[in-house]
Amino acid sequence: MIFFGLYLSLIFLSLGVGLYPGLKKLYPDSDPLLVVNNFLFYWFIGDLIFRFFFQKLPVMDVKPLLTLPIKKNKIINYVLGKSTLSFFNFLPLFAIVPFSAILLYKQYEVSVVLTWASILIIAILIINFLNFIIESKSAETELNFLPILIISSVLLGLDYFNLVSFSQLTGNAVNAITAAPYLISIPIAILVLIYSLNFKSLKQKLSLDEALKVKETAVNSSNLEWTKKFGSAAPFLQLDLRLIWRNKRTKSSVWMLVMGLLYGLIFYPNPSPTFSGEFFYIFIGIFITGIFLMNFGQFIPAWDSKYYKLLMSQNIKYKEYLKSKYVLMAASCIIMFVLSIPYVYFGWKILLVHFVAMIYNIGVNTYVLMYAGSYNRKAIELDKKAAFNYQGTGAVQWLVGIPLMLVPMLIFALLNWLVSFEVATATIAILGIIGIVLHNKTINLIVKKYKSAKHEMISAFDQSN
Amino acid sequence: MIQASQISKTYGKTTVLNIESLEIPKGQSFGLVGNNGAGKTTFFNLLLDLINPTSGQITNNKVQVNKSEDWKPFTAAFIDESFLIGYLTPEEYFYFIGELRGMNKADIDSFLKQFEEIFNDEIIGKKKYLRDLSKGNQKKAGIVAALIGNPEVIILDEPFANLDPTTQIRLKQLLKTLTENNSATVLISSHDLGHVTEVCERIVVLDKGEVVNDIKTSEETLKELEAYFSA
Repeated sequence: MIFFGLYLSLIFLSLGVGLYPGLKKLYPDSDPLLVVNNFLFYWFIGDLIFRFFFQKLPVMDVKPLLTLPIKKNKIINYVLGKSTLSFFNFLPLFAIVPFSAILLYKQYEVSVVLTWASILIIAILIINFLNFIIESKSAETELNFLPILIISSVLLGLDYFNLVSFSQLTGNAVNAITAAPYLISIPIAILVLIYSLNFKSLKQKLSLDEALKVKETAVNSSNLEWTKKFGSAAPFLQLDLRLIWRNKRTKSSVWMLVMGLLYGLIFYPNPSPTFSGEFFYIFIGIFITGIFLMNFGQFIPAWDSKYYKLLMSQNIKYKEYLKSKYVLMAASCIIMFVLSIPYVYFGWKILLVHFVAMIYNIGVNTYVLMYAGSYNRKAIELDKKAAFNYQGTGAVQWLVGIPLMLVPMLIFALLNWLVSFEVATATIAILGIIGIVLHNKTINLIVKKYKSAKHEMISAFDQSN
Repeated sequence: MIQASQISKTYGKTTVLNIESLEIPKGQSFGLVGNNGAGKTTFFNLLLDLINPTSGQITNNKVQVNKSEDWKPFTAAFIDESFLIGYLTPEEYFYFIGELRGMNKADIDSFLKQFEEIFNDEIIGKKKYLRDLSKGNQKKAGIVAALIGNPEVIILDEPFANLDPTTQIRLKQLLKTLTENNSATVLISSHDLGHVTEVCERIVVLDKGEVVNDIKTSEETLKELEAYFSA
């Protein structure tokens, strides 16, 4: 995280330093400041989206403070004030300060530069507080990221097709304010308004009965009798299906499937040879048929972390527990393959490669994920929002991605290049089939691994609960 | 039924449990009392193989618990809310435990009939998730689930905490009949001296991980315990 922060700071710093000379070179006839102002709109939108996904609402456990002699207004002001100290607000300064310095050096009027910098800082704060409003409004739903994506694409679309040129409007507004600094009262007023909106909504949430109110939804139960076909794994399969359908975190990963399914459309219609080589078929094949497998499998057994002690002391054989996970993952691969059949439109080879990728996923990647799962030590918060939620992610999740994707890609690419497409495809299929044939042996091996990690997992999950 | 010998658990330099020898015969109702940090839950966790002992061993019906899983079919426990599955309804949870213990839906339905009084119409058929139930109702569901499938060893940590007075009385009745009827061995821990003396025929007092008293319950037991804890 620190490296990422440093990296971003460096990028913004070089942006701030290089912007003026860069723009002078690109548009020698226009004033770089005016050009920058015309681009501010895109920055604002980008900043808002970026924050939506990565900046968290300022969290504070206020319940213990409520009974202490502290004014509620003070608590709220403190929480909101603290949020202005976020790294996201300081990041743009790395660009704004050097750029302003260069402007001053280039003999711009001091008042113009100061006004310009103040406008940007106010804008950053507006975005900061606007993000909280958007986030708290949309935090309840699974598809929480859709509204902001739709709104910003509509805005960008209107701008792009010149129906309403927001970039021009933003540019003109900033120009007008720098020309007449007293107009800065307008953005300040907006900031005050947004701040007070936040203040109001927080204050509403700050009474005890609001905080203690438990949202209750009537349960929609289905008895899932059809799972009985899977014998002793059936109760766990039912449990997993309910787990997926009844918790925020898992439910939105179901929506990720839809997005993943469309992933091939980025590559296959692309006529450029870099993206349409056979090499990409296997990448997309593994990805599409395995997207649920990877999303779900990487957190085995952390999904059950909240009640892991129950599972470990109940009358349960580890093998059946893991087998039900396997059945679920394998079934998802088959379903995803069937759904990806329309890609045959782009060529029969694609369908063939998707098919062998499915076999590989079922026969190899399922085991790799379950094995890696025995190293999971982080509990999962099931009721937190899901998309772009990295809670519970550790080094295991990043490391396991390498063998999952890279190994089949390398094997395929190498054989396809050295021998032939047929041999490459067949090899991937055979690897998968070997895995399926050796199912019992492999599962037993994984069970052993889980057994030896049992106590460590229990105590780790217990601590993070 | 249960035999602990030389069992100890140490975290770093603190020893949280150190029991020379403890034997609980079949069909006994066994109570564990002690202040916070006395080692009650640690003992239960060791018995359920949820933590590894630093030394010694526990056998449950001659099965050494950290060597074999064969004690699981006849042992059931409710230690804390991590024994509940929050996103299930109570019925679904009971059915799930039932499956694990070889009882089908109909078996469970008739099994649940006897708890109608305890459930007090707040648990069954409410279409609520366990995570949305009150603490007391969660506890009721957890305790009842631990009784599914007639286990021979039942372990309940603080079963009376969070329960309303009526349920406390009913639960005491229930626990007494358990050891009478099918000679189940019942292990409970409690901070409430009155409840344990009423339910248990034997009470062991733990202090800082060691057994300081082992009492066969009689008329004077409550007074004796109160004297010990107020000293």
